[in-house]
Formats: sequence, structure tokens, C-alpha cells
Amino acid sequence: MPKYITTIGLEVHAQLNTRSKMFCPCPAEYGAEPNTHTCPTCLGLPGALPVLNLEAIEKTLLTGLMLNCGTPEISKWDRKNYFYPDMPKNYQLSQFDLPLCIGGGVPLYDLAYPKDAQKSIKNPGKVVKLTRIHLEEDVGKSTHTGAGTMLDFNRAGTPLMEIVSDPDIDSAEEAFAYLTSLRQILIYGGVSDADMEKGNLRCDVNISLRPEGQTELGAKIELKNLNSMSAIRRAIHAEVARQTEALDKGEKLIQSTLRWDDERGETIMMRTKEDAHDYRYFPCPDLLPIRTAPLVEAARARVPELPHQKRARFEAAYGISAYDAGVLASDKALATWFEEAAGADTKVPAKKVANWVINELLGRLNEAGTPLEESLVKPASLAELVSIVEAGKISNNQAKEVFAEMFASGEAATPIIKAKGFEQVSDTGALEALCDEVISANPAKVEEFKAGNDKVINWMTGQIMKSSGGKANPKVVGEILRGKMA
Amino acid sequence: MAHHIDIQHTAKLARLKLTEQEAVKYEAQLAKVLDYMETLEGHDLSGVELTAHAMPIYDVWREDVSVEGLDRAEALANAPRKTAGQFLISRVVE
Ligand SMILES: [Zn+2]
Repeated sequence: MPKYITTIGLEVHAQLNTRSKMFCPCPAEYGAEPNTHTCPTCLGLPGALPVLNLEAIEKTLLTGLMLNCGTPEISKWDRKNYFYPDMPKNYQLSQFDLPLCIGGGVPLYDLAYPKDAQKSIKNPGKVVKLTRIHLEEDVGKSTHTGAGTMLDFNRAGTPLMEIVSDPDIDSAEEAFAYLTSLRQILIYGGVSDADMEKGNLRCDVNISLRPEGQTELGAKIELKNLNSMSAIRRAIHAEVARQTEALDKGEKLIQSTLRWDDERGETIMMRTKEDAHDYRYFPCPDLLPIRTAPLVEAARARVPELPHQKRARFEAAYGISAYDAGVLASDKALATWFEEAAGADTKVPAKKVANWVINELLGRLNEAGTPLEESLVKPASLAELVSIVEAGKISNNQAKEVFAEMFASGEAATPIIKAKGFEQVSDTGALEALCDEVISANPAKVEEFKAGNDKVINWMTGQIMKSSGGKANPKVVGEILRGKMA
Repeated sequence: MAHHIDIQHTAKLARLKLTEQEAVKYEAQLAKVLDYMETLEGHDLSGVELTAHAMPIYDVWREDVSVEGLDRAEALANAPRKTAGQFLISRVVE
């Protein structure tokens, strides 16, 4: 049976988070009542003229800088002609031959792969090459009902970046990692909310198979209607299986566009090459070209520390493991949260803070399905709790109980510890009396200790923890016992 | 050199229905337009900068400030059919 090579390219549309639309000053906010953010320009009324939104251009150039793209000296806008009612002008303003960004690449972070695939990454450190990034306008929203199609033009004309990769992706897992890494970078740059579920980020997948040994790419099959990261992974697996089966049977695949039905787990034919769109691009006479050099310089000042740079700094500055640094840096908000907690009390080891954030905070947030922004525990209160544990005032298990309470109520650590009666007894006078009792009641154990069995300390400490109702400070108890039996 | 144009395909893209006579007439006219472009190819343009726009003007833009546009009643005023604050058209499915 012949083996096939899978080649995948992604076209990602990312909504920019500007205040106004791309070519008119209508508000670009979402969730408003239908058709309350329109004007003659975005409704395509005769005589209305578009004007470029500078911030949208700068955010696209910033994206290009974050992804190591180049930029042509002159960039311009073109009309992409097609007839579909979500685009009232009958053309979409887009960029054809002189887009804002050319080339570049998206680094695939290890932790961006699906969890079950992180142990078997085929191409570690891979950077997926980009073809281009251009800036265009989004279309309106159509809702199909029995009575007809309803149109809401609030979204029409809002700025949309199209990020096109080379056919440089080898598997569904790499496609998943590509999108996850890209999302992280867009969020780091503050250019897009990049939420797939909300439609801020949309993705079309081009996929082709060819027999091993053949250099020419196979027929390009485009998948549409991929609405979540997991749907993309499922759709690619299903499509690779479908094409493999077809090729095995000797069928010839033809260039086509398919719609993914996530519920049924299969692709449905939309159109083949014969009726592929012919967009008849031509330069838009209503929009003037831009000279990019000064704008690229302005955008350069806005390039943030990127996820991989933050990860490296966390490792070096806080002495945490590469894995932990990667987890913290994978989410900008989480990274900021951690840095605030680690900085709140510099006497507390940052490594311990990182452990608490990753194991306890993230664990509970995931379990409760709460986003980090809504966490009732604030960075400073976690720092306080960790410093109390580190001082040996409460045990680790007690601290976890306290944290659960903090997470549920938002109360600070100290009052919870008081209410639970967890305050450990470090008063040496009281502890010495307890130690004396244990020592005189267990002469055999004392002999064992003197003979070199250090585990006796743990056993005795355990006895004292019991007799003190868990309130004795085990560290202090250990020290006293050693002193007395020396 | 005379260019050949698939006039029916071009008409279809523009959503135009041409009579047989119109098709013959426009096909000849469009071929002439393309032939004219050959005049340009006869010149050495290697040192000429690419023209991005007919006007020698660049960098016209606005700041990202939002302004309320039309109110909904105005926006929908010319719509032949509307429902629930939306334009209503014959059902289309891609
Ligand atoms: Zn508008």
C-alpha cells in the first residue's frame, strides 16, 4: 500500500480589536442590536467613500513584526468582486499584490500541541512559514430562516487580518499547535481577542495528499466551517482518512471546497474547481496607497515581550523549570498574575509561588470553569498564603484547605487560618513540655534514635502533632526533639 | 495580435445576460481594449516605478475614533423587506 504525504496550509482570519471600523468611523463593537452600527459607507450606499483606519494598519504591521514578516515599501487596497448579500457593495475591500506583510513564520511552542501529542512532537522547534498577512474588511452577518435570509451589517466593514501560511504543516497536531501559538502571539500583541468560540478567529484549512516520492502537490481540498480548535483537529484527521481511502482505491481527487459537519464528523462537498470563484481583483480607486516605512517604525515601538522570550526570562529570573515557565508564559494574563504574586513578597521563593499558581490556582480554575480574570484569589493574597506556609506556621495540607476557602470566598488567608484554628503552636515552652512527655514515655525509641535511626524524629513528631491537635509546628518540634535527645 | 475573450464567462461574472448580437459586439470591443495594452509592452518599462494608484498621493487615513452612524430606522429606510431590525432577502445558502 503506498504511503501518502500530507500537506496543510491554513488561512486564518483574525478580527482586530479597534474602536472603529476599517473604512468608516462606525463603532466596531460586538453584541449590539442588529444594524445599529452602520453608515452609508459600510452599507455600500452610492457615493459613500472609504477612509483607512490608521490603527488597524499599525496593528497589522505589529503582527507582522511579531511574526518576523517583511513589508513592501508601498501597500495598497484592491477590490475583490463577488456577489453575496453579506457584502452590500458587491466587492470586498482587500489587498491583492501589495499586502502589508510578506513572509515570516509562526513558531510552534511545545505546550501549544494538543496535550496527548506533547510527548511525541515530530518537529520540535518548528517555525511554520507564512506567505502573507493582508488587511481587509469583514462581511455582515446573515441568518437563514424559513422566511428568507436576514442581514445585520454591524460587522460589515470591521477590520479583519488574513494570515496565510505556506503549505508547510504536516499534521492535524501541527495545525493545532500553529493556531494555539498564533493565538497566544496575537493576544500578547493586544491586536485581537483571538477567541475562536466568539468568531474573532476563523480558520480555513487547505489539505492535500500525494504519494511518497512525488514532489508535485496533490489536489488542494479546502475545508470550511471549522469553529473550534478541536473541530479543526478532528476535521483534518477525517479528511486525511477520506483522501487516503480515495487514493488507495485509485480515485482521482479534484480541487474542491468542503464543509465540515462537526456533529456528523464528516465533510460535505460545497463546490469543485469548475465553479471556483473568479474574484477579478483590481486596485480600489477610492483608497490611496500608503508608504509603510514610518508606520513600521511606529509599530516596532509596540512589539511586546513574546511568549518564548517571557518563558526564557521566567526560567532565568525565577529559577523555575522550563516546563513551568512555559505553562505560565502560554497565557499573557496568567504570566502577569504570576509576576504580581512573585513580586508581592520578595522573601517568598518564586518557585513556590509558581507551584501554587500552576497546581492549585490553575487546577481550581479549570475545575470550576472560571476564567482567571474572575478569580477571587488575588496575586497578593496568594503570596501571603505562601509566605505563611514557608514560615512553617501551617502545614502544606492545611494551606491547601485554606486556599480552597480563599478560592471560594475571596477572603484573605489569615482570617481563614484563625477561623479554622490552624495556627500552629511555635511557643517553645508549650512544645518542650509535649516533647518531654513523648521522650519519657518511649525510652526504647530514644535508644533507637541514639543508635542512628533518624526516622524516630518523624514518628515522635507525629505523636506530638496528634496530642496538639495538629497545631504544633513540626519544624520547631523536630528541632526541640533533636536538642533533647542529643 | 487579437486577444480572445470568453465573453459569456465574463458576462456571467458580472451577472449580465447578453444577446447573441451583443456578445459578438462586446467580444470585439474588449479584444480591442486588450490589444491596446500591447502598446505598453512595446516600451522598455524596466526602470519605471510600479504605479500603485493613478493619483500621486499617499497616506490618507484617519485616527481610530468611533462615531455613531445612521440610526436603525434610517439604515433600513430603503429596504424593500425588513424584519426584526434586519434586512430581509430571499433565502440564500452558499
Ligand atoms: Zn460605517
